[in-house]
Amino acid sequence: MTWKHKHLLGLQDLSRRDIEMVLETAKSFKEVSSRDIKKVPALRGKTVVTLFFEASTRTRISFELAAKRLSADTLNIAANVSSTSKGETLLDTARNIEAMNVDAMVVRHSSSGSVFLLAEGLKCSVVNAGDGCREHPTQALLDIFTLQEKFGRIEGLKVGIVGDILHSRVARSNIWGLTKLGAKVTVCGPATLMPRGIEELGVDVCYDLNRVLKQSDALIALRLQKERQQDKFLPSMREYSRLFGLNQAKLSEAGDHLIVMHPGPTNRGLELSADVADGPQSVILDQVTNGVAVRMAVLYLVLGTKTPA
Amino acid sequence: MGLLIKNAIIVNADKTGQAPQDILCDGGKIARIAAGIAAGGHETIDAAGKKVLPGLIDIHTHLRQPGREDKETIETGSRAAVKGGFTSIMCMPNTNPVIDNAMVVEFIIREADRVGLCNVYPIGAVTKAQKDEELTDMAELKSAGCLAFSDDGKSVLNSRLFRLAMEYAMMLDVLIIEHCQDPLLTAGGVMNEGIVSTKIGLKGDPGIAETVTVARDIEIARYLGARVHLAHMSLKRSCELIRFAKSQGIKVTAEACPHHFTLTDEACSGFDASTKVNPPLRTQEDVDAIKEAIADGTIDCIVTDHAPHTKEDKEVGFDGAPFGLIGLETSLSLTMTELVKPGIISLNQMADKMSAAPARLVGLTGKGAVRQGYDADLTIIDPDKEWTVTREGFVSKSKNSPFIGRKLKGSVEYTICGGRVVYKI
Repeated sequence: MTWKHKHLLGLQDLSRRDIEMVLETAKSFKEVSSRDIKKVPALRGKTVVTLFFEASTRTRISFELAAKRLSADTLNIAANVSSTSKGETLLDTARNIEAMNVDAMVVRHSSSGSVFLLAEGLKCSVVNAGDGCREHPTQALLDIFTLQEKFGRIEGLKVGIVGDILHSRVARSNIWGLTKLGAKVTVCGPATLMPRGIEELGVDVCYDLNRVLKQSDALIALRLQKERQQDKFLPSMREYSRLFGLNQAKLSEAGDHLIVMHPGPTNRGLELSADVADGPQSVILDQVTNGVAVRMAVLYLVLGTKTPA
Repeated sequence: MGLLIKNAIIVNADKTGQAPQDILCDGGKIARIAAGIAAGGHETIDAAGKKVLPGLIDIHTHLRQPGREDKETIETGSRAAVKGGFTSIMCMPNTNPVIDNAMVVEFIIREADRVGLCNVYPIGAVTKAQKDEELTDMAELKSAGCLAFSDDGKSVLNSRLFRLAMEYAMMLDVLIIEHCQDPLLTAGGVMNEGIVSTKIGLKGDPGIAETVTVARDIEIARYLGARVHLAHMSLKRSCELIRFAKSQGIKVTAEACPHHFTLTDEACSGFDASTKVNPPLRTQEDVDAIKEAIADGTIDCIVTDHAPHTKEDKEVGFDGAPFGLIGLETSLSLTMTELVKPGIISLNQMADKMSAAPARLVGLTGKGAVRQGYDADLTIIDPDKEWTVTREGFVSKSKNSPFIGRKLKGSVEYTICGGRVVYKI
């Protein structure tokens, strides 16, 4: 079994075996990050550019460290929308960067599907670091890696995802990835933020967080964008927090079996109370640690493919 | 000296000629239809093995001039029209400036005359600058040449204003064409809201944005006893509402576009911006319902909604791209391929939906039939010829078609407008 994908655009396009391969590769790379000399020469001489059209700290740094620990040269570009408003299209911007002989481009953009435009128009590998509401594959991979670490399996695991499912690329990627590996996924959140037909992706929908907590092995709380209230999806943040925010009381009632995850950054007190975020059931920092290993694996795999452009 | 079409099997909305006939065009009119007309110095076309239809009429086109001549002009749009078999097109008023005053109408008509390929009839705006605030001077626009009025691109959202527009149009006996879509419900959607939009994370436009407006417009028409024509119907539910309204004797008519009976929202899953269109591509259930509604007369006519956009405008990602696709050069063949060949409608019905009915709806006299004394606007097709849509093949200034690469049946061999050959394959 060899890796065949030149790009990583989403988990929708990957097979179960592909995902397992990333997880296995990440496992060996995780060890690298715990060494005193945190570097292997796997990508020496390769150039990895992160091109972010949306603000990000964690994901961008995680990719940068991943590339550096594989000995690749890295360059970070925080592109603002203004370069496109000057008449330069997304593809133009990316082609100009690629013309300086880049091997992989890690892209985040607010438009769903924008990474397809790049993958078609560029010769280098494209790694999706989040495209609109569509996918954020490395986040889901690191979530799955963390679950695998904690439970030793994904098959049969019950995972709840709570929050703004409608706008969440993290939710979508996790749904594709987790269901492919045999987990049972339940999505939870306000009905106004539940996308139409989501059940057809093989998940259950439940509007009662307490019930989801009781039946789940793990809960992924999503970040709630404050703009959702302005868009009238929510009556108030207070009401959201009451119904869908996770606090210690709700967690304790459900039991101590459950682990709590969050893609970060958290709105403390809104979707997650501080005591839960910092409590013994939270694996949020493990997720961050694993993120580097998973991204090393992804960069290593996509840059290792020998498929012609 | 005229134009003589020999050996023509004539396809009209009501019947198909049993034996080949000759058609003599003279002075812009069909002078004579008979067997064995002597060639006598006339320019001659042999139509043996082909079908002669009344020149196609598209009552829903965007020509972009004035304002966005980089996307299309009256000249390039006319060229695309005649290549697609259209001899008359009606252009929507969402230009810059908007077609809301006689000067713009006169400019378009003058430019179309200069180009001299097909008839171009401007559609006047319902409201000034399409701002949904005040009615245009519709009587003046009518005398300048507007046969129909629309704020296409968007609904006349103000229901009272729309009621007044319908009353006023009734007095003038002009057609109101309504783009049915409630923008508050659409809320920035870029494709059909459903399982596909859920999967790929694009903002969904719920079908109810169309159907609530369809229902509103039907109710206003019923109340006033006025006519209303509903543009580019895309949903099964819209067809059901229209069917019901017609059964009640309400004077509602409707149109549909080839892309809405050919493609589903699955086509958007590759993020090809040429599949981004308004109203959006819907589901297979809707596609089937549109076909049925065309066949049973619920949908009166087929229109292109030809909406040219440059590559630069379209290639900015699906979210940011403008809505619309080009249709003038593919509509006839898509109708042949999707509706006529599978036996959903007959060639006669196609002649009705694409020529006779549009002429009737907007009151174009002397058009819509191959008949002695009628205008010599004719489309000669080879119903069996197969061809493949290519990017290079388009003569429209824009190439935003989701049908590139598709094999179609039925081709336009000649287009004749006012007795002159304006296109030949």
